[in-house]
Amino acid sequence: MIPNPILPEANIPEVIQNIPLQHYLILSTLLFVIGIIGVLTRRNAIVIFMSVELMLNASNLLLIAFSSYRSDSSGQVFVFFIMAVAAAEVAVGLAIIVMIYRNTRNTDIGFLNKLKW
Amino acid sequence: MSPSLLVLIPLLPLIGFLINGLGFPHLPKSAVGIIGSLTVIGSFVLSLLAFSAFLAGGSQPIIIPLFDWITVGSLNIPFSFQVDQLSLLMLMIITGVGSLIHIYSIGYMHHDAGFGKFFAYLNLFLFFMLLLVLGSNYVIMFIGWEGVGLCSYLLIGFWNKNTSFNNAARKAFIMNRVGDLGFLLGIFTIITTFGSVEYLEVFQQASTFQVGDPVIITITLFLFIGAMGKSAQIPLYTWLPDAMAGPTPVSALIHAATMVTAGIYMVIRSNVLYSLAPSTLEIVGIIGGATALFAASIGLLQNDIKKVLAYSTVSQLGYMFMGLGAMAYSASMFHVITHAFFKALLFLGAGSVIHAMSDEQDIRNMGGLRKKLPVTFLTFFIATWAIAGLPPFSGFFSKDEILAHVFEHNKLLWVIGVLGSLMTSFYMFRLLFLTFFGKFRGTHEQEHHLHESPASMTIPLIVLAVLSAIGGFIGVPQALHGSHHLAEFMSPLYDGARQANPSAFLATTLSHSEEYILMAVSVGVALIAAIAAYVMYVQKAAVPAPDSEEKSALQNIVYNKYYVDELYDNVFVKSTKMLSNQLYSFGEFFIDLFVNGTARLVNFLAGLLRKTQTGSTGDYVFAMVLGIVAILFWKLLL
Repeated sequence: MIPNPILPEANIPEVIQNIPLQHYLILSTLLFVIGIIGVLTRRNAIVIFMSVELMLNASNLLLIAFSSYRSDSSGQVFVFFIMAVAAAEVAVGLAIIVMIYRNTRNTDIGFLNKLKW
Repeated sequence: MSPSLLVLIPLLPLIGFLINGLGFPHLPKSAVGIIGSLTVIGSFVLSLLAFSAFLAGGSQPIIIPLFDWITVGSLNIPFSFQVDQLSLLMLMIITGVGSLIHIYSIGYMHHDAGFGKFFAYLNLFLFFMLLLVLGSNYVIMFIGWEGVGLCSYLLIGFWNKNTSFNNAARKAFIMNRVGDLGFLLGIFTIITTFGSVEYLEVFQQASTFQVGDPVIITITLFLFIGAMGKSAQIPLYTWLPDAMAGPTPVSALIHAATMVTAGIYMVIRSNVLYSLAPSTLEIVGIIGGATALFAASIGLLQNDIKKVLAYSTVSQLGYMFMGLGAMAYSASMFHVITHAFFKALLFLGAGSVIHAMSDEQDIRNMGGLRKKLPVTFLTFFIATWAIAGLPPFSGFFSKDEILAHVFEHNKLLWVIGVLGSLMTSFYMFRLLFLTFFGKFRGTHEQEHHLHESPASMTIPLIVLAVLSAIGGFIGVPQALHGSHHLAEFMSPLYDGARQANPSAFLATTLSHSEEYILMAVSVGVALIAAIAAYVMYVQKAAVPAPDSEEKSALQNIVYNKYYVDELYDNVFVKSTKMLSNQLYSFGEFFIDLFVNGTARLVNFLAGLLRKTQTGSTGDYVFAMVLGIVAILFWKLLL
């Protein structure tokens, strides 16, 4: 098991203390791995996109967890940043995928190999 | 005479060059001709002014500094002009004959599309030529030297649509490069020896050297190699006959009157150095004599009107060098002057004939032109008389003076000179008779077209004819109860040389009676040759055989110019070409190996890397994940 990180005796709310930090760690790792597997195995561009979002959110979850357990708010700032960037990226990426779909009626990445040498 | 006026002398032709060159082809022909000629005439007037001012001022050279030009370490080369007897004489020849030839060109080149270009080049040539003779040091002389070479190249290849003309231009240029290398080496040796290139300083220092000092001999030999190229002496003479590819006024101005005498000018200018190097002068004399005879013998069988004159020029230049070899500097200069008059006249006359014959140059197709071209005939006749060395015209005085000095110096060279003068007289009269006497041998169209040239062409002919006739009287020897004005005028030039080598400037040992005999011999020889030519070509009306006919072996050799061109072609041109081809194929192999090898290597590596660009997104993502895993592995576990 992952060793319990030594936390400062800060005033962490009771509610939070009921769930140990390791659970968050495990959950986010799982989410991240699921995301990786999704990206690597799926052929549909939209699903790959979703998997990417999953990985982003796994890391967000970790950041939030650490920031709560250590009473350090800078993690939350990072999360906001990641969300903003992810939103922008999704806007662009989805637009591209939609255009590709309109032109080819297809979002299969195996088919989209026009960038071949 | 203020310095600024003197600076105008070379500047005017330069301005003319700029106007005509930039204005081509927009300026009308009439304006171009007037601008081109006026600038030169202006220079001529200024030269006359300078001459009279100099006469009033004494005999010392005047230095006119314009600006400091090159200063490196202790070497200081100012850009300045030197006015003395020699540069004034050259100025008058260049601008005087130049003006006449410019006026002549207005008529001669009238129908040419490149009229403006022609005048621009001609003006540029005069600018450089004037720079050459006005400069007060060897470096400015070298600028002019190279500049006239460039203009010679441009003008020989003036009709550049014709490949053989371009080859002739290239030949002239490349052959002169050989000579120019010698000239440059000479200048460098002067710099290392004297630490200066200013004439006055160099000669002042040189007068402290011993006669026959090896350094001086080296310098003079190098300078003479330069003169060989420019003045078409053996072995660097073959470019001059080919240079006749250019328009006739060019042949008259550049390849007869001015540029080709630059070598003689240089030797006279460096008379102090040459007087200190008797062994060099021997070589100069021998080469001059050999050239005089050799070229004259080639001239005997040439059938192209301009080629005959070209070989005649080479031969006459040989005479001048023969004179220099006998330390007869003034006599050579005298011959430069008279030769400029009659040779320019001969070329212009030939141009007038070519003009009338609608571009026919073969004398076998001419004949009987004296009735149709009276002015041309008369002037050509005077020039022939002058060049043959028959009294009282100019050639007689200058040539005889050279021959007298040579006789004093070396009897064998004198015999060669007399033989050359025999041939000279023969081929010149042969040319005259074949062209102007007998029956017309050309086509009907040509006969119909025959006409005397316009006034713009005949007036220069007449002026030059007068000069050829009376030009000799500036140097009547004492034996003929004259006072040699030219020798007296030029005498201060040799003060330094007299100081350095007094034994070389002793008064002539020839008695008057001996001089009379020498004159009689050379005149007699010339007359005999003229009469022989008359008998052959007028009385018997012989015409040189067409090229198709068989010739005797000797005739063949002479007619083909002793195969010198072929020899040079085989020895130098072919061997150089072979070497360059070898180097080309060999060096090319290595360079190609390196260059193409690099390209192939890059290509090969790219081929390997290309395999990764599958276009499949999955592969890319997988590669990315692998990369991230590798980085994490690296960062966290190692």
